[in-house]
Amino acid sequence: MARYIVKRVLMAGVTLFIITFLLFMLVRIMPGNPFPSERMSDEAIAKKREEMGLDDPILVQFGNYMKEVLTTGSFGKGSSLYNGAPISSVLPTAMSNSFKIGAVAILFGITVGLILGIAAALNRGHFWDVFCSVLSIVGVCVPSYVFMIFLQYFFAYKTTIFPFYFNNRRFWLSTIMPALSLSLFSMSTIARFTRNEMVEVMDSDYVLMAESKGMYGTRLVTRHVLRNALIPVVTVIAPLIVDLLTGALVVEKIYGINGMGKLMVDAITGEGIDYNYVLALGIIYSALYIFIMLVLDIVYCLLDPRIRVAGERGKRRREDAAGAGSDPGEGVTV
Amino acid sequence: MSRKKNVVSEPALQSLQEAYVPTQEDFTFDTSIDIHTDRNYASVGFWKGVATRFFKNKRAVIGLVIIGISIFLALAGPYMNQYGYSDIQSVYDEETGNEVTARSLPPRIPWLHKLMTGEAYDDPFADRVFLFGTDSLGRDLWTRVWYGARVSLLIAFVTIFIDMIVGMTFGLVSGYFGGILDDFMQRFLEIANSIPRLVIVGVLATFMPKGIGLVIVALLLTEWIGMSKIARAEMLKNKEQEYIMASRTLGAGSGRIIFIDILPNTIGPIITQMMFSIPNAIFTEAFLSFVGVGIMLPQCSIGSLIEDGFNNITTLPYQIVPPILVLAFLMLAFNFVGDGLREALAPRIEDM
Repeated sequence: MARYIVKRVLMAGVTLFIITFLLFMLVRIMPGNPFPSERMSDEAIAKKREEMGLDDPILVQFGNYMKEVLTTGSFGKGSSLYNGAPISSVLPTAMSNSFKIGAVAILFGITVGLILGIAAALNRGHFWDVFCSVLSIVGVCVPSYVFMIFLQYFFAYKTTIFPFYFNNRRFWLSTIMPALSLSLFSMSTIARFTRNEMVEVMDSDYVLMAESKGMYGTRLVTRHVLRNALIPVVTVIAPLIVDLLTGALVVEKIYGINGMGKLMVDAITGEGIDYNYVLALGIIYSALYIFIMLVLDIVYCLLDPRIRVAGERGKRRREDAAGAGSDPGEGVTV
Repeated sequence: MSRKKNVVSEPALQSLQEAYVPTQEDFTFDTSIDIHTDRNYASVGFWKGVATRFFKNKRAVIGLVIIGISIFLALAGPYMNQYGYSDIQSVYDEETGNEVTARSLPPRIPWLHKLMTGEAYDDPFADRVFLFGTDSLGRDLWTRVWYGARVSLLIAFVTIFIDMIVGMTFGLVSGYFGGILDDFMQRFLEIANSIPRLVIVGVLATFMPKGIGLVIVALLLTEWIGMSKIARAEMLKNKEQEYIMASRTLGAGSGRIIFIDILPNTIGPIITQMMFSIPNAIFTEAFLSFVGVGIMLPQCSIGSLIEDGFNNITTLPYQIVPPILVLAFLMLAFNFVGDGLREALAPRIEDM
């Protein structure tokens, strides 16, 4: 068990390092000009290149970059002319804004999704079940940003219940809409998944056995059904959280949030693409992604005794066996 | 039917039987009836069975119909009127000598429009039909929506098809050979899977021009992973079976076993995965165009149309409705068809 976790952590570290290296190489080696050439003279560009060390050998550049990131925690300066501010001056606010919205959305999505899924499974064929399946259809076929646009149009523009844009001073009021629209997809996926898992467990022999021994109600549901039904749900939560973090890109555009997604879009779409912003954000996003996968893998492993005993091999065998059976519909958002 | 005619009452039957003298014909074989084929428990070919099960599923059929209509309109829609997708509609006003452009007109459906507005005001565009209205530059939205749908569908089909071939080959090869090669390929897959799509798009945007190319490459780099996982799992299921051993004993090489023996048996789940990947691709394209790194003007896709609509949503809210509806219906339809295919291809015992 401990061995598995250590191995998993090491793997994650190596993966992150390789990804950082790849991203760095791609950004630096590929053709393209970080400076808007129509606005700068050749000498100015040459000077700027030298200043940023872009003429050194690529491995030296990588070494320097990693040294800077690891020792000072800053990701260097922005490279283009109009946005030469050090990235570390913008990043903290952006990250805190994104994380706040993301955390509210995740909490909201998971709690409401679980409750809905459980309610649907316990009232099979009745209102909550129908509601749950309608929600899952809506969640799959209406992209979250369409939902956002409608929410904003009706609740912030037609009726001014909520503020139009995100505002840190009125945090809760202005977070509701972005968080709700962001969590729609994960909510519906979790609800559907929980329902299906619970139904499967409730039809199993050991639940029948427990019932026939006289167990019923809350105790049966929490002790016997939920414990086993929720284990697979953990696996869908991982990709969903990542979807939330990246889906934030559109939310931040629509609700005018100064977050990481907006920084990324600005870096990509601005004139003269901001190499260092893209690189820094890329590394942060990948690190986040890998970290979340790692944590959920460990949680999964702690929850599921089969893996606890058999270690990684058992998990892999199970995954291989499940393989095609695992829901291919997962991860429809970007 | 024929049996009913022959029904006779009990005493009549008895008298008939007594009177009946058997002839030679009663003891010869009636060859007009085929008794060798069991029609009640007939064996049905795999694909025929899939088709029957698929068409029994109402939702799947609805999805298929929606996809059919969408594809037809995406192909034919832009030609249903005389406007081009980037033409700005205008009329020359002879009294003032100005060009009047048809900016931001609401939808005008011929007879309905007359009914609503009457002949009361002097309309310079009285002779033109804009089923979805026009956008803020005066371009016909009907043409643009279906042109955009065509672009989106084309991107989705092409990338998913290529992804299927790449992912399937990767997964099958990795699963078949196993051992070190499998480990190596799976580590590679894990690393590729650990890069969020957003980051891939960002990095690509640093050296690629924005536009369709960027969207296609981003989709190519990400969508094959799911396919290869499924192909590998199917390969692991199949490769230990007897028919593979038989094939190997008869001297088949690896290439033949992978692509001729096993591939046809794995195609079902892969097609299902394809069906789920297509809405994913359409959605990704819409999302990238919405953010501003996708389709560039004057071309359009569903995503860029939604973005246009979003920019004018407070003043001209109707502009965003058609592209959103098309997108939502396409997503719904592909998901329905995917679900239907999954159930049809891998029926559980209780469904049969």
